[in-house]
Amino acid sequence: MANLTIKNLKKSFGDIEILKGINLEIKDNEFVVFVGPSGCGKSTLLRSIAGLEEVTSGHIMLDHKEITDLAPAKRDLAMVFQSYALYPHMSVRKNMSFALELAKETKDVIGKKVAEAARILELEPLLERKPKELSGGQRQRVAIGRAIVRQPKVFLFDEPLSNLDAALRVQMRLELARLHHDLNATMIYVTHDQVEAMTLADKVVVLNQGRIEQVGTPLELYRNPANRFVAGFLGMPKMSFLPGKVTAIDASSVTVELTSGASVNLPAASEHLRKGSAVTVGVRPENIDVVEPSESSLTGYMDIAESLGSDTYCYVKTDGQETLTVRMPGNFACNYGDRIGLRLHVDECHLFDEQGNAVQKPSRMAA
Amino acid sequence: MKTTTLNVGSASPAAEPQQDSRKGGKRKTSRINRFMVSPSVLVLALWMVIPLSMTIYFSLIRYNLLYPGDNEFVGLENFRFFVTDFGFMAGMSNTLMLVGAVLLITVVLGVLISLLINQAFWGQGIVRILLISPFFIMPTVNALIWKNLLLHPVSGVFAAIWKFFGATPIDWFSEFPLFSIIMIVSWQWLPFAILLLMTALQSLDQEQQEAARLDGAGPWALFFHLTLPHLARPIAVVVMIETIFLLSIFAEIFTTTGGGPGYETTNLAYLIYSQALLQFDVGLASAGGLIAVVLANIAAFFLVRLIGKSLTEKQ
Repeated sequence: MANLTIKNLKKSFGDIEILKGINLEIKDNEFVVFVGPSGCGKSTLLRSIAGLEEVTSGHIMLDHKEITDLAPAKRDLAMVFQSYALYPHMSVRKNMSFALELAKETKDVIGKKVAEAARILELEPLLERKPKELSGGQRQRVAIGRAIVRQPKVFLFDEPLSNLDAALRVQMRLELARLHHDLNATMIYVTHDQVEAMTLADKVVVLNQGRIEQVGTPLELYRNPANRFVAGFLGMPKMSFLPGKVTAIDASSVTVELTSGASVNLPAASEHLRKGSAVTVGVRPENIDVVEPSESSLTGYMDIAESLGSDTYCYVKTDGQETLTVRMPGNFACNYGDRIGLRLHVDECHLFDEQGNAVQKPSRMAA
Repeated sequence: MKTTTLNVGSASPAAEPQQDSRKGGKRKTSRINRFMVSPSVLVLALWMVIPLSMTIYFSLIRYNLLYPGDNEFVGLENFRFFVTDFGFMAGMSNTLMLVGAVLLITVVLGVLISLLINQAFWGQGIVRILLISPFFIMPTVNALIWKNLLLHPVSGVFAAIWKFFGATPIDWFSEFPLFSIIMIVSWQWLPFAILLLMTALQSLDQEQQEAARLDGAGPWALFFHLTLPHLARPIAVVVMIETIFLLSIFAEIFTTTGGGPGYETTNLAYLIYSQALLQFDVGLASAGGLIAVVLANIAAFFLVRLIGKSLTEKQ
């Protein structure tokens, strides 16, 4: 069992408030990813949970036991660091058994636990090597092994893959997902890479400037972002944002006039909106079609097209000088400067009010 | 003694740089390299070869300044005389004692003090400068400060402290002569150890410490399992460099005890000095010098073997 509860956690460094009241529930066996831009406080939050940072106020509870002021070693957590933080003069075996030896476990138990961790992580042939004789991926596995042997209630990962090259990162990502499945453990993972967040997480926590913006499953966050920040942060390439003005409202939809003069009619719960209020329409690259200029009121010029083989991402400049990203099939052919029309999938568009909060869709309100 | 420094100096850095690896130009550049390096090699060789051969020549003849003109060849007589002299064994053991004790004091205190001043506290900058400053004081001045201001049995600071507590002041240089020299030299060399170890401590990886804290390591475990292994290399450097200089300690002894009482503070360097310039026996002193060179090279050889390996190893 490992249920972690964080209540109104605050942390300041001098006058600068890094965490501005974090409330979070993490359930047993969940893989939770903290994601956010640099300096959003995600690492500080993780380090506070680990006990490496003293919190200013608030509570951290593990299975209803207060651990806020407990020493790091007594919290029953293990952490994998970004730099791996392996002990350079100790062999792989010694690195993994260090915590157990400090806990005064018997030799048999230590041997068994290290062997088990080495088996899971395929480290058996490397046990006698020193960290400097290992590759980046192997070091990463040793760092994970060091956490596994302690059989902690919660695993903490601080950007563990950011020092690996791209290919290895994909491979380690899969291994981490498998490990979570095999160990059935609660894991908290910090990253700024939204691909890692989307692929690994059961639950994504999006942080921005010391606050939680939204918590939910990756797909929930992707399909139904609570605000403009979350919408812009998740998704690759980014969602495009088109500023506009509400021109007409009825019970279940809103008509928005974009800067380019084109009008779109979006389904939206319109209670909070008034005629004339400024809004932003968010649309993901996959929810735009390129059509003939005559077929659409939203027209523009092709800017750069990035061909990835499976897909082509086209960057389009509209007549209102907005920039849009459009995903097209890999065989899509176009030239720089082509005049094109754009058609938005209005049902999949997101509408944000002046404060950047999402305007709910009527269908989801009903459901 | 100079030769020791030179030998160690030329042993540790790798051979001439051969950065240019283009196939055609390689031979030519290596020839140019050799040509460019040759003047300094030549000067170095002359610097070593001429004094060395002169010393060897002097050590094989009778050469006493009190008996000019009486310079016949005596073979190894000078060496036999030097080694069987009572002062030789005393000088050897005093040299080893001095080097060993100073190394121990500077390394142990150096580690502890550098750990202490690595913590953030008010006035850290000034404390650091004060701790480093003894290193910039000339050995002679240093010895005089200790002799006249600190250890003097009548007017010294130590005597004042002893008197304050009602004890009889100690006449350090006659009661504990070698210990006094060890104190003086340690005071001089401790800053060097602190300087090196302090810098090394600053490169101690913070995340490793945090990982160890999460693993349940307390302050002691952190020190013995992380800090000390991290300091192994700088400690090796301190030991190596200090050994080279401590083998030839002279000024401190000359200004304070003059090698006495008896032979109690006479080390090899001082013994050679006294043979050459107090007894005017240049032949005997040359023989002693050569023996000292051989001994120093033996020490340097083992040190380089022992420590140099850990230095050249990549971390």
